[in-house]
Amino acid sequence: MRTGALAARRAIRTYGPVPLVRLAELPEDALIVPLSGIGAPTVSHEMIHGEDEPRRIAEEVERIFGRPPAAVMSSEIGGANGVAPVAWAAQLGLPLLDADGMGRAFPEVQMVSMYVAGLPADLVVMADVAGNVVTIRPVDGLWSERLARAVCVAAGSHALMADYVITAGRARGAVIEGTVTRALEIGRATEGAADPLEALRSELGAVRLITGKLTDVERRTSGGFVRGTATIEGTGGDRGRTLTLELQNENLVAVEDGRVRAMVPDLITVADTETAAAVQTEGLRYGQRVAVLAWPCDPLWRTPRGLETAGPRAFGHDLEYVPVEELETRHG
Amino acid sequence: MADLRVGVDVGGTNTDAVVLDGSDRVIAKAKRPTSRDVTEGLRAALDAVLAWLDPYARKRIGRVMLGTTHATNAILERRDLGRVAVLRLGAPATTSVPPLSDWPGELREVVSAGEAVVPGGHYVDGREIGRLDLDAIRRFLDGTDADAVAVTGVFSPSSAGHELAVRELVQAEYGLPVSASHEIGSLGLLERENATVLNAALYRVAAQVTGALTATLAERGLDALPYLAQNDGTLMTVEQAARLPVSTIGSGPANSLRGAAFLSGVPDAIVADVGGTSTDLGVLAGGFPRESAAAVEIGGVLTNFRMPDILAIALGGGTVVRGRAVGPDSVGYRIAEEALVFGGRTPTLTDAAVAAGRLPDGPAGWADRLAASGADLAELRAALALADAAAAEAVDRMALGRAGRPLVVVGGGAFLLPADLPGVSRVIRPEHAEVANAVGAAIALASGRVDTIMPAHESRAEAIERVKEEAAARAVAAGADPAGVEIVDLLEVPLSYLAEPAVRVHVKAAGPLAR
Repeated sequence: MRTGALAARRAIRTYGPVPLVRLAELPEDALIVPLSGIGAPTVSHEMIHGEDEPRRIAEEVERIFGRPPAAVMSSEIGGANGVAPVAWAAQLGLPLLDADGMGRAFPEVQMVSMYVAGLPADLVVMADVAGNVVTIRPVDGLWSERLARAVCVAAGSHALMADYVITAGRARGAVIEGTVTRALEIGRATEGAADPLEALRSELGAVRLITGKLTDVERRTSGGFVRGTATIEGTGGDRGRTLTLELQNENLVAVEDGRVRAMVPDLITVADTETAAAVQTEGLRYGQRVAVLAWPCDPLWRTPRGLETAGPRAFGHDLEYVPVEELETRHG
Repeated sequence: MADLRVGVDVGGTNTDAVVLDGSDRVIAKAKRPTSRDVTEGLRAALDAVLAWLDPYARKRIGRVMLGTTHATNAILERRDLGRVAVLRLGAPATTSVPPLSDWPGELREVVSAGEAVVPGGHYVDGREIGRLDLDAIRRFLDGTDADAVAVTGVFSPSSAGHELAVRELVQAEYGLPVSASHEIGSLGLLERENATVLNAALYRVAAQVTGALTATLAERGLDALPYLAQNDGTLMTVEQAARLPVSTIGSGPANSLRGAAFLSGVPDAIVADVGGTSTDLGVLAGGFPRESAAAVEIGGVLTNFRMPDILAIALGGGTVVRGRAVGPDSVGYRIAEEALVFGGRTPTLTDAAVAAGRLPDGPAGWADRLAASGADLAELRAALALADAAAAEAVDRMALGRAGRPLVVVGGGAFLLPADLPGVSRVIRPEHAEVANAVGAAIALASGRVDTIMPAHESRAEAIERVKEEAAARAVAAGADPAGVEIVDLLEVPLSYLAEPAVRVHVKAAGPLAR
């Protein structure tokens, strides 16, 4: 997160500010390049991106399509991939699209809105720190994930990737709009607020599932992902209650007394009670004072194909999806 | 016979000194105000404890351990810092965030003699990112006017070869000292690089400290070996401190925790160090401070130093009480004029404690003066109850859900806390608690640590053995007795998104100083 912010600040100083454009402002045939870093977080904190990767991807895109890209988009607004695209757009001298491919964060490459909207996953362009450029023509999203991951590992577990290079015309209904603006609004609402956590909750329209402290975190690695369970015991008004979170790089399912309170693809965030800063799953530690917030995902994820891609079963949880607001009504 | 040890701890307010005998008993102690130049306060505290010893006993002093804020002050005040040529090995990777990008502008101006990112460094799996470009390094150094060089290679904690090659070149061709990042920090390039540059900037300060310490001992005719305390509560020889001065930053809290463990005889406990303006809480696990997981900022620069996990709350002897509200402000060192028990006019937490019958040993007449002040004692006691609740909440935060450990209370304000707190088995106030930090310096061990990434397959056990050996070797290099070195910390963290399962391994070894 911090590395992305430092890169963005430097790129803006060097190349000038990055304009934010809405999808409606782009001509039908304008090329949008969704960019994201792919790899292991520990590696990305050590082997930081070079400055050339975005340019090499843009050149390859221009070679394939016969015209240069018109805008950069964040593939994933949540986490480091939400901030770093500002640096990439600045380095390319392109505007940043006020949209992303998730409206949140997800751990796997095929879990993007473009896939859910039925756009063919037929092109991935990757650039690594050594200067290699790899173009993949996968037959579907699952192959796209498999091959991109293999290239990433060969490249030292860290690379820059453009996935679903699309025209503005095809992007309508296939990207989640307004998410950059929303991120800025969240920042404005929480920064300097007397009660940042409440400001965050109200800005998101979220339900506060519990306020308490982390009493247990159990982690295991399987299939390249860190999975685990976190337990939060209520404090103050929530004393006596216990919430458990099922994790796979993201918070997937929140359970209280054997009843599900919220589940993926709805958003579940663990936030520090004092600063309202999100605590990522790798940063969960015993004793942290946190609140767990949950709020509705973009409607695209609630479609049958959306749930098939990133619903509870896509993560191995045998649960029928029920929207968080409905669960909240039942919970009373 | 050289069986006596002297521990000195330079704190923000006071410099404390103690003398321990061969059976680790405290035979002399003293507290003196910390001087602006630090060294004068150190001399005063040392002279004050030496005054307790006869000339024969002075000859028995074999070791002097110093925990000091020299390095911290130098960075905070931008004083006596050297100019550093900042070299990163990793191009074309890492160029999106050049060195010192997040440094405060004036500190960067004082410290940096120039920055360069040149080819070199390694991938996570040990392959080279690029061949080390020695000519590029020569061109860079030819164009800078530096007192020292800081070199940081990508993944050097697992692959140190390129950094070592650079050190060889710089020492042979330029005669400059080199800070190599693999000796200083763990994974996390920018934070490790920051700590490495600070280290290189501190060589002059390190020379001043070790020089002042050696001279002070010589002036007093003491034939004792000097050591410096580091951030994890262990010691370094003067030679090692001269190479790794940045490690002396943050030794104060670690010394206080180690001293609390020693004086109470309890290796697993929560520790509260109660001062004039705040209370610092920490946790002892196996006699060592539990370390913080969060990044540590020094003078506005983020580093990945391992520091004790400390929670500071605004409760101290001078904390101001208004009605039933407690703090967060404090009368600080003016407590001896302002508190009611001293005949002043500002109700403080000390007054509230006295109103509730909690009294330190020694001073007489406090209760009488408090009664004469006409203060509302019921109100003061109500305020104290709030302070107790805040202390209990802080203890609970540090306890991480594990109740039943004792609370060891040290520091000048130890009497403020109640004899009983929820969540702890008992409250221990050891003898000499007011100089626990100097005791912690005097009893400290020497240590070494390694932080690296390794594959998590069958040969893992063997690989971990090698890491343990490396950590033990580093402890011996720091002055430990090879026969007494033990592995005191072993941490394995699985990593995500790697094809080959891999773990990050952190090992720390420590042992008593060699005779």
